[in-house]
Amino acid sequence: MSGTFIGMPAFPKAAHEAVNNATLRGNLRHATHTIRAKRAKAVAEVSDWAELREAGKRIKDHTLRHLDRYLVQLEESVTAAGGVVHWAADAEEANRIVTDLVRATGESEVVKVKSMATQEIGLNEALEAAGIRAYETDLAELIVQLGKDRPSHILVPAIHRNRGEIRDVFVREMGAWGRAAPEGLTDTPAELAEAARLHLREKFLRAKVGVSGANFMVAETGTLVVVESEGNGRMCLTLPETLISVVGIEKVVPAWRDLEVFLQTLPRSSTAERMNPYTSMWTGTTDGDGPRTFHLVLLDNGRTDTLADEVGRQALRCIRCSACLNVCPVYERAGGHAYGSVYPGPIGAILSPQLRGTASEIDASLPYASSLCGACYDVCPVAIDIPEVLVHLRERIAQGGRATRNGDTVVLRPAKGHAAERAAMRAARWAFDRPGALRAGQRLASGTRRFHPRTLPGPGRAWSGTRELPAVPAESFRAWWQRTRGGKDVTE
Amino acid sequence: MRVALFLTCVNDTLYPDTGRAVVDLLTRLGVEVDFPMGQTCCGQAHYNTGYRHEAEPLARRFAEVFGEYEAIVTPSGSCGAMVRELYPRMGERARAEGRGDTLARTLAPVVPKTYELTEFLVDVLGVTDVGAYYPHTVTYHPTCHGLRGLGLGDRPRRLLRAVGGLELRELPGAEECCGFGGTFALKNSDVSAAMGADKVRNAESTGAEVLCAADNSCLMHIGGTMGRLRTGMRPVHIAEILASTEARPRAGTEAGPAGTGAIAGAGSRANGTEEPKA
Ligand code: SF4
Repeated sequence: MSGTFIGMPAFPKAAHEAVNNATLRGNLRHATHTIRAKRAKAVAEVSDWAELREAGKRIKDHTLRHLDRYLVQLEESVTAAGGVVHWAADAEEANRIVTDLVRATGESEVVKVKSMATQEIGLNEALEAAGIRAYETDLAELIVQLGKDRPSHILVPAIHRNRGEIRDVFVREMGAWGRAAPEGLTDTPAELAEAARLHLREKFLRAKVGVSGANFMVAETGTLVVVESEGNGRMCLTLPETLISVVGIEKVVPAWRDLEVFLQTLPRSSTAERMNPYTSMWTGTTDGDGPRTFHLVLLDNGRTDTLADEVGRQALRCIRCSACLNVCPVYERAGGHAYGSVYPGPIGAILSPQLRGTASEIDASLPYASSLCGACYDVCPVAIDIPEVLVHLRERIAQGGRATRNGDTVVLRPAKGHAAERAAMRAARWAFDRPGALRAGQRLASGTRRFHPRTLPGPGRAWSGTRELPAVPAESFRAWWQRTRGGKDVTE
Repeated sequence: MRVALFLTCVNDTLYPDTGRAVVDLLTRLGVEVDFPMGQTCCGQAHYNTGYRHEAEPLARRFAEVFGEYEAIVTPSGSCGAMVRELYPRMGERARAEGRGDTLARTLAPVVPKTYELTEFLVDVLGVTDVGAYYPHTVTYHPTCHGLRGLGLGDRPRRLLRAVGGLELRELPGAEECCGFGGTFALKNSDVSAAMGADKVRNAESTGAEVLCAADNSCLMHIGGTMGRLRTGMRPVHIAEILASTEARPRAGTEAGPAGTGAIAGAGSRANGTEEPKA
């Protein structure tokens, strides 16, 4: 994934700052609670939501099971419709393909439709290195780009910014990128939107090359689908002469008919809209209508490795609606940046360690960035059991085991940092497997309870820094039961 | 009906009053309760922290100890969910790993007969009015594994509403996690503490005297936070409220202010119940 995130500290360290940043906490709380309530309402209106969710899950599972077949079919359909298909095994290859394609047009700038896949591979940075400027045209993405910031949400990349901060970024930065912000710009939403519109319009009219991702690709027809709210994507998809789309291989669906399900569940889950304002669909190229050249770059970048894992593969069903972020109590307090990836929140916590592997500090800490409360699973429109995958990945980190990296099966060793925990877990299991040992431990704890400290030193501070310790009772239940009911003590 | 109490290791060791309350309550309702002494821990903390293989012997022990009973009742939403949701999954994983059917078959019998306390009361015994009396203002926090794992729904609230003298106040943001999450509380203590503080502030805003839940692990975290934030509220397990009667009030009915014990509520729990003579 993008180099921006290499060397990120572990999640708890990264979250520490966010938790103590009152402005950020306020921005996130307000934004997530608002969209959370709206989504709940939009979903409750649909009487067959449970069936739609199940259908979405099954369509995706079926497609993933036959991914090889559907991808080849997609390539044939796209080619037949006048497009050119490229296959990229990893980020580097995808970036090289796109850079060469842009160079071949002789252009030195591109306009971009908001796309997670191009962020994942760090395309803007790669283009920049090749002397090509990429202009983000999604409003929130523009705010992030102008502010030299990183996105913190899948759908609302600038969710961590409030209106005042956005106004300041526009006033300070717009001039250096193109048309400057109007004099006396205030922080009212209408004025901010107008400033962005003026700034971007100039770019749309000039650009010869557009770069996009896609929400869906239909194997049967070779049609690509982009779902958006602003209409800026539609501009990028229709005005340039050349269109290059970089899409993860898991975005394919077998047939046109399958869109019926996702075009209902995606907008309601993400923006709480019954239907999103702009749904752009294109099939190859058409003379006299839209781009004359169309390239599709199919991106793997860890996806087939993820597909090889029986439990973890369900993460590939994700349609990037971001509902799981908006309900996540951890995301709400830690913010998106702490996840060290373009995929933040619960989905990021299970996707990043699978796409990138669990070797880095941040990736090894992500599966623990959850209280396993299950709110994400409840809202997911394709029923990804995120807690199940989190626990599965914890197991991979704590106990090691088989995983697939770059197409090869590897046996991972247990992570180093977990040795003390592993010993404690084993000791606890030993005691719990022997009621007599448990009983002896309880007796010892009760017998010494007057000397128990109120706070703990060292790692125990993680508890007692903010919470009182529970008092050990004079007698365990087991001891009481035996004393009063004469239960037989079981000692092995 | 032969009913076994699966108290859980946390309650056995730290919250014996909750166990006594379940025994009192079920006995009052005419149920004969046994506490099989071979029981220890369901393995949830192991499983959820990534030590599934360490959890397996504990699950097998659970199945062995409780297999002979007609029903297994536990005053913990999360341990109940461990048995009902995750034991079958452990069996499936063992099968997928080529280790055969043995684990799945060993665990299968206990899965459908394990009930969280409020489920057992409402679904099996068919009661919502258990004849309890608890003259306090109470707000109820539905813990995540009970709410989303077991789908307890409004059972706990229906039981609480039928308690004499009890005034139930709605908790704002009730369905948000309190931030305990087992080892999450230690591994991500900043976020966990922030979640706990928000939960406590919401609870305080109800003006209730008592915050009730069906899981003492969450209450340990919420109560510990209350103690540090010096709120006047007490955390009380639902079993203790339902066990309380006019003739035999318990669980804080005559307790002093919260925060006086090492954990808020611990002082109250030691009250009115049998202290060991030793
Ligand atoms: S995991 Fe589910 S809820 Fe989260 S973004 Fe993906 S589809 Fe949406």
